[in-house]
Parts: sequence; structure tokens; C-alpha cells
Amino acid sequence: MNVVIESDLEREADSGRSSRLQSYLLEARFEFLRVLRTPAFAVPTLLFPPLFYLLFGLLLNRNSANAAHYLFATYSVFGVMAPALFGFGVGIAIERERGWLSLKRVAPMPPGAYLLAKMAMAGLFALIIYLVLATMAFTLGGVRLEAWKWLLLGSIAVCGVLPFCALGLMIGSRANASGAPALINLIYLPMAFLSGLWMPLNLLPEFIGRMAPLWPAYHLSQLALATLGHGDGSSVTPHLAALVGFTVVCFVIARRWLARAA
Amino acid sequence: MIVATDKLACLESASKHFGSVLALDGVDLQVYRGQVLALLGPNGAGKTTAISLLLGLQQPDSGSALLFGQSPQSLSARRRLGAMLQTAGVPDTLTAGELLTLFRSYYPRPRTIADSVAMAGIEELLGVRYGRLSGGQQRRVQFALAICGRPEILFFDEPTTGLDIEARETLWKTIRQLVAEGCAVVLTTHYLEEAEALADHVSVLARGRIIAAGSVPQIRARVSQRRVRCVSRLPAAAIAAWPEVRSVERDGERIEIVTDSAESVVRQLLFEDSGLTELEVRRAGLAEAFVEITREAA
Repeated sequence: MNVVIESDLEREADSGRSSRLQSYLLEARFEFLRVLRTPAFAVPTLLFPPLFYLLFGLLLNRNSANAAHYLFATYSVFGVMAPALFGFGVGIAIERERGWLSLKRVAPMPPGAYLLAKMAMAGLFALIIYLVLATMAFTLGGVRLEAWKWLLLGSIAVCGVLPFCALGLMIGSRANASGAPALINLIYLPMAFLSGLWMPLNLLPEFIGRMAPLWPAYHLSQLALATLGHGDGSSVTPHLAALVGFTVVCFVIARRWLARAA
Repeated sequence: MIVATDKLACLESASKHFGSVLALDGVDLQVYRGQVLALLGPNGAGKTTAISLLLGLQQPDSGSALLFGQSPQSLSARRRLGAMLQTAGVPDTLTAGELLTLFRSYYPRPRTIADSVAMAGIEELLGVRYGRLSGGQQRRVQFALAICGRPEILFFDEPTTGLDIEARETLWKTIRQLVAEGCAVVLTTHYLEEAEALADHVSVLARGRIIAAGSVPQIRARVSQRRVRCVSRLPAAAIAAWPEVRSVERDGERIEIVTDSAESVVRQLLFEDSGLTELEVRRAGLAEAFVEITREAA
């Protein structure tokens, strides 16, 4: 009798596990379909960084190979920030405000599935943007790297979405849907400038350079630059630690806000 | 063993503030297996807040909310419920079939797609994107999402708002069928006939408090008034002067009298007018009771 009950419970736990895995996969698949069917989000997010790079990184900087390498690294960082910040920030603000998040929580979706699906989307967008930028850098910018450096920079770009996902999550769990895009632009563009993504920090006023370690984009760009031999020569560990710390803090705050919001 | 008095969900002297507004003020509610509880009340009475507490979307400031004896936020409690919220915010870009597939994956033993689709009556909508459905069709898809997990308790916040009469009847039929299978239902509604058609227990909320609770006949009996209609030549002004007559209205040769004591009024009518025809006495419906109870509370 007991044996029967136990095996029943086990089977139930098993089916629970497999259906949870299925939830994760379905969640990611439908998040992908949703974005694919919303070209108004996907197209500008994918086009904006390459256009910006083309204009300011390639056309206006035709002189030195040094500058081309520097700008390729920093524009890669600039490019991967957008899908993470907007995908999370605006996406979650909308879904929270419209009640979709509440319904899914009650339903009850596994909480991790929702975030992982959105992270996977941000990672995918980052990869596409990186590939476009790399192609442009190679063909138009004269950037030449060893194969492993292309790969390493690509993985930095894809993994680099995480701190910005966490920041976007934090914004999305508080901001209202109509205000979120403006708020994110207000963070995204100044942070890119202040982190030296558009122009090396040593060409900017000194106080901007001194403030730079406050921004996650600065630390990510230092990782990218170190890969290309353009770092400041110091260890990358503090930058890595700053990024991890920033991600964790944003995530913890976002979790608390989200729990209160719905 | 399933006990008839199995308590599935309850609020115990639950209160909830939003800023300075007291949305719920010490509310007690119990929902038992196989029972349909209707929460009635004017807008802003606290119906949606009560549901949010039971679903764990809000936490009470004081008192408690329990679902299957646990916190409503626990995943194991939520796997046993289904819900149709007032604002669902379903993404426009996914099809009804995709949404159903996703929601079924959340539950350990979901209904089959075919069953869910048939119960909600959305056979021909499966391949259509949610944003292209009419309001009524969207409600039916939301209903399918609510029942696809084979829930033991269902929460409906204004389920038939925006549905035409036929769709509403179909939904009621399905809800009755689920209840017959032992499912409990909590519904908030503006439509009194909906409560009358479905509920075996009604709680009337006003300004965050429960001001009346009981079966539909019990609530109706809270109002002693009855309506007497007939065709008579008696002058309305004379009838209005009788004791226990609340109001008299004449419409052509017809007279309608609202009274607390139908028996004595009828006796008097027949005594004074031997030519009286088409006599009819009706107890006040839930609608009249509701108006009366909320007026008393105000």
C-alpha cells in the first residue's frame, strides 16, 4: 500500500519535473515568437546600434586602426545594452501593468522560466547585433583580430547582457509602461557617453573619467578593450566583480519590488 | 476521502489598505468544495481586492488568506486553482492555441487541449492571434486558460462582462458542469441574474465590509417586500393610504403595489373591487434585495 503511494508520488514528482522543463522551453519559444511578431520592437533594436556605429564609429573615424579597434569594442558594448534594457525594462513594465504577469503568476508559471526566456531573447539579440557589428568592423573598419579574440569578444557581448537585464528588470518592476521607454533612454544614452563608449575617456573632461567606474557599461567596456589589448593594463578582476555585484544588487531590489507589485 | 465540508479557501478578518483607502475591512469568507460563492457589491466595494488576497496577488495588512490551508503564494496551492482576472493583458501576438499550450505546461495534470477547447467553445479560434479576437472571444480564451489546469477551485472576476447572452449561457452551463464535478467557484459579478443563476452562497460587500451573507433565498428573504399587480378600477391614491403599502403606481388600467404584507393587501383589494382581474404576487428578486441591503448599509 505504502509502496504504491510512494511510486505514485514519485511519478507525480517526475511529471512535475518534465512539465517544468517543458514550461521553460515553451516560455522561451513563445517569447521568441512574440518578439518576432512585434517588428516595431525588433527592427529598431537591431538596427539602431549598427547605424550608430556606421555613422560615428566608421564614417567619422577614418584615420587610425587604433581608433577603429577601440570603437569596435565599445560599440559592441553599446549594442548589447539596448536589447537587455528595453526587452526587460519596457517588456516587464507592460506585462506587469496589463495584468499578464499577475495571471501567469497565479497560473502558476515557474518564476524562473519567465526571466530565463527574456534573458535568452536578450542574449540572442546581443549575438545578432554583435555579428552585424563584427561584419561591419571587418569589412568597413579594417579591424583584424585573431579568431579567438572575435569569439571572446562575442561571448563578452552576449554574457554582458546580464547586468543590463537586471537593471531593466529593476526599472520594469517599478516604472509604468508609457514612461519606461523614455526612462530607459535617459539611462542608456548618457551612460554610454559617460562610460566612454562613443569617445575614449581620455578625450573627455577628467571628472567624467573619474565617475566612470560607477557605470556598469564602463566595466563591461574595459573587459572588451582588454581583449583587444586596449585596456588600461590592470587586472580585469575588479571589473568582473563590479559587474557581478551590480547584477546581484539590481536583481535583489527588482525581486522585492516585483513581489510587492503583483 | 473528499469531505463535503472541505474548506478550500478562506479569508480570516482580512483587511487591506491602499494608501489611505481602506479597501477591505475585516472580511471573513469561506469557500467549500463544490460550492459557488458570489461576491456582490457596487464598484469599489472590495470584490477584486478580496479575490487578489485569495490568489496571493496582494497580502492582507492584517488577518490572513489561506488557499488549501497554505499561503496563496505557494506554487503547490496555485497549481490547484484557475483564474480569470478582470484585466488579463494577454499578449496580442500569440494565438489562442499557443497560449493554451503554454498554460497547460504549468500544471501537473492538465486537461487535454481538446477538452479545454470544447468546454470554452473556442474550437475555431485556436489558430487566431489573441489581438484579432473580439472582446467576447478573448473572454472565452481566458476561460480556457483558467480551466485547462483541471483546477479544484476557480476564481472569476466579472467573468461574463462583454459576453453576449448566448455566450454567457454557454459559460454558465460549463461552470455548472465543473461545480457538479466538485470544483469550487468564487465569482464577482455586476449581474445579479448571474449570481442568481449560479451561486448557492452570496456575500454582499459594500465599502470593504460584508454586509450580508447567505444562500440566494436567504438574501432575498432579507427583503420582505413583494409586488402585487392587478387590473382594477380602484384609485391609486386610496390604495396608497392603506397600512403597509409602500408605493402604488398606475399604468393605464394596471396597478402595481409594493408592500411588506402582500396577504393583507390582497385581502383588501378583493374586498373592495369584486371586478379585479389578473392578480399576481411576486417576491422581490435578488436585484431588489441588493438595492435594499446596500441602501441600508450606506
